[in-house]
Amino acid sequence: MSGASTPARPLVLRTIGLTKQFGGLVAVRDVDFEIPEGAIVSLIGPNGAGKTTMFNVIAGLSDPTSGLVEFLGQRMIARPERSWLEPVVWVVPAVVVWALSYAAWLAGLPLVLGQLLVLVGLGVLIATLITAVVRPPWYGLLLVRFGIFKSARPNEMVLAGIGRTFQNIRLFANMTALENVLVGMHGQLRANGLDAALRTARHNREEVQGRSEARRWLAYVGLRGREDELARNLPYGDQRRLEIARALASRPRLLLLDEPTAGMNPSETSTMTALFGKIRSELNLTILLIEHDMRVVMGVSDRVTVLDHGEKIAEGSPDEVRRDPRVIEAYLGKGSVA
Amino acid sequence: MIGKASPPAANPLRRTLRAIRDLASRLPQRHQSLTVIVGMAFVTAILPLVVLAPPLNGFGRQNDWLDGFANAGVFVLLAMGLNVVVGLAGLLDLGYAAFFAIGAYTYAYGASPFSGLDVPFWPMLLVGAAVAMVFGLLLGAPTLRLRGDYLAIVTLGFGEIVPVVFLNADTYTRGTNGISGVYQPVLPIVGNFGFGNPMPYYLTMAAIIAVAMILLYRLQDSRLGRAWMAIREDELAAASMGINTVTTKLLAFAIGASTSGLGGVFYASKLSVVSPDQFGFVISFTVLAMVVLGGMGNIWGVAVGAFVIYELQSQGLKQLNSFFGGLGLPPFHLGPLTVDLTSINFLEYQFLLYGLALVGMMLLRPEGLFPSRRRRAELRDEADAGAANEELVQA
Repeated sequence: MSGASTPARPLVLRTIGLTKQFGGLVAVRDVDFEIPEGAIVSLIGPNGAGKTTMFNVIAGLSDPTSGLVEFLGQRMIARPERSWLEPVVWVVPAVVVWALSYAAWLAGLPLVLGQLLVLVGLGVLIATLITAVVRPPWYGLLLVRFGIFKSARPNEMVLAGIGRTFQNIRLFANMTALENVLVGMHGQLRANGLDAALRTARHNREEVQGRSEARRWLAYVGLRGREDELARNLPYGDQRRLEIARALASRPRLLLLDEPTAGMNPSETSTMTALFGKIRSELNLTILLIEHDMRVVMGVSDRVTVLDHGEKIAEGSPDEVRRDPRVIEAYLGKGSVA
Repeated sequence: MIGKASPPAANPLRRTLRAIRDLASRLPQRHQSLTVIVGMAFVTAILPLVVLAPPLNGFGRQNDWLDGFANAGVFVLLAMGLNVVVGLAGLLDLGYAAFFAIGAYTYAYGASPFSGLDVPFWPMLLVGAAVAMVFGLLLGAPTLRLRGDYLAIVTLGFGEIVPVVFLNADTYTRGTNGISGVYQPVLPIVGNFGFGNPMPYYLTMAAIIAVAMILLYRLQDSRLGRAWMAIREDELAAASMGINTVTTKLLAFAIGASTSGLGGVFYASKLSVVSPDQFGFVISFTVLAMVVLGGMGNIWGVAVGAFVIYELQSQGLKQLNSFFGGLGLPPFHLGPLTVDLTSINFLEYQFLLYGLALVGMMLLRPEGLFPSRRRRAELRDEADAGAANEELVQA
């Protein structure tokens, strides 16, 4: 059984006591959940079970009410318990510099020097304020390092290695397929505005390499030849593929797929399922799948987790889950268990 | 629907325009800057000659025209800058004139008897752009978490606050009187800047626009430009692709503001006086209307749109006055109304005409006069989808 070998593999993602409340409604309640490396894990459950809420918390789109998410062994998402510490981090150095300057003035140093120090203090304060607002990735990491916790933002989760697709396709409709994938590569590229304005070597190199890589991603999901079509003009199935290509382009370690085969016919579904297997084996990716189509779930998953009313009611291999009376009850209602 | 399926072949002008546009879009990117330079040089060379030909020579002397063109150039710069904020990043900024004012006052502080400084024009251009950029960042940092209407309201407020501050801080700004006697630029080659000699201003403006245009095109076709467009399309999806939305929007704001700052420096140096009443909401609104009418998201479209609209409002309306004045039509009656065309001052109806133009535009050509391909696809497809739905409903 595949379940026996999983503990040996390192975990890509782990949630501990994850709870998300919307007012009085508990969408996700105290869920412990693990994704071993290289696995395809499915998250299933009836409508309104909290699957997408889980997804959004994991992807950094909403903060949990309590509990935390670890990704590759590092705490990424948590209720920001000690977030009040964050301003302290940037107020303290500014106050120190200001105090130093005041002390220097009292000590009889020339006024110019004291004023200079005050200016430096002001500069430090402004710079730290801007940093806190802009929040470059290193700053987020600093917060994590010191345990001053604010949950990672969606873009930071992407940089950490989580790529995702959306339940209702959210492509950049008026950009071409190629541009969509290039946006997916945003975190891979480094050229900034100055590079672009001056057309530096870095910009030129990245544009050329990025475009050819984006073409490769499109070809990988089967969209060769559609590079220059606007995303809005692609047929539905291709839009789903483009979303996957865009997510793959960020070179994730973990791919979150939210109902990737919704609204597809059986043949499209089976090509899509084949794509998941290909992605896993060729790209060495871990996949978390939300899916309603049981054939897909049972066919492709290594592990299945079942949510109902926000609680985890079963977990295990597809076969185990299929036989679990609580799962049958959740799907078919009380009294259905023969 | 049928007309749309097959492109109209009859109109040769439209066909030529389309051919030119196709050619321009097929030019490799590394030739784009060259295209801008050649295009701007051509336009700059041809405009002073065009106004010598009838009927334009009847409307004013060449110098008057060039003076107007230089002023129009300020609005071209403003429109191109606002286009980054509104057209590319999709952030509605209703207080754009504030950055224009900041650029203008920066030059006034840097080169006028009021401050006693006399910094040359070129460095001041950069300083003005930089100062406007800093204010763009300062305004953007706290406000860019807001979306849509809320951002529009905050920027509207900022646009009102800045002139009021310049008005009331009279120790530092001389209040209503403004700062006068701002030095005019001194530059080699282009000639002697002065009120009677607009040619140097005209040439300088053309150069500034060309440079700004090249830089903006380069930014648009880059990682940053794609990030702006992604945010405009779907901010949440953009964040889920690793884009730091706060920084990226902030940059759009800053770059828009700095372009506006360039315009402000030039404006102050040309007019030689800055006062708070030059930078009211009217400017913000006019520039926004230029962006919308010109074709949001398309850099050269917005530039041409701004130029045409500025000329129409400054020259066109004036000529309408003198045209009807010269016609000497007797007043005629429309029911209870008496219309006397000779006594109407069309310049006073500028904003009524703007309103009409915008309404007409939204009905007939919502993508603007010179739209980007993207935007046309977006708006036209939606219209078609709407029409298709209606047909379904009727069927």
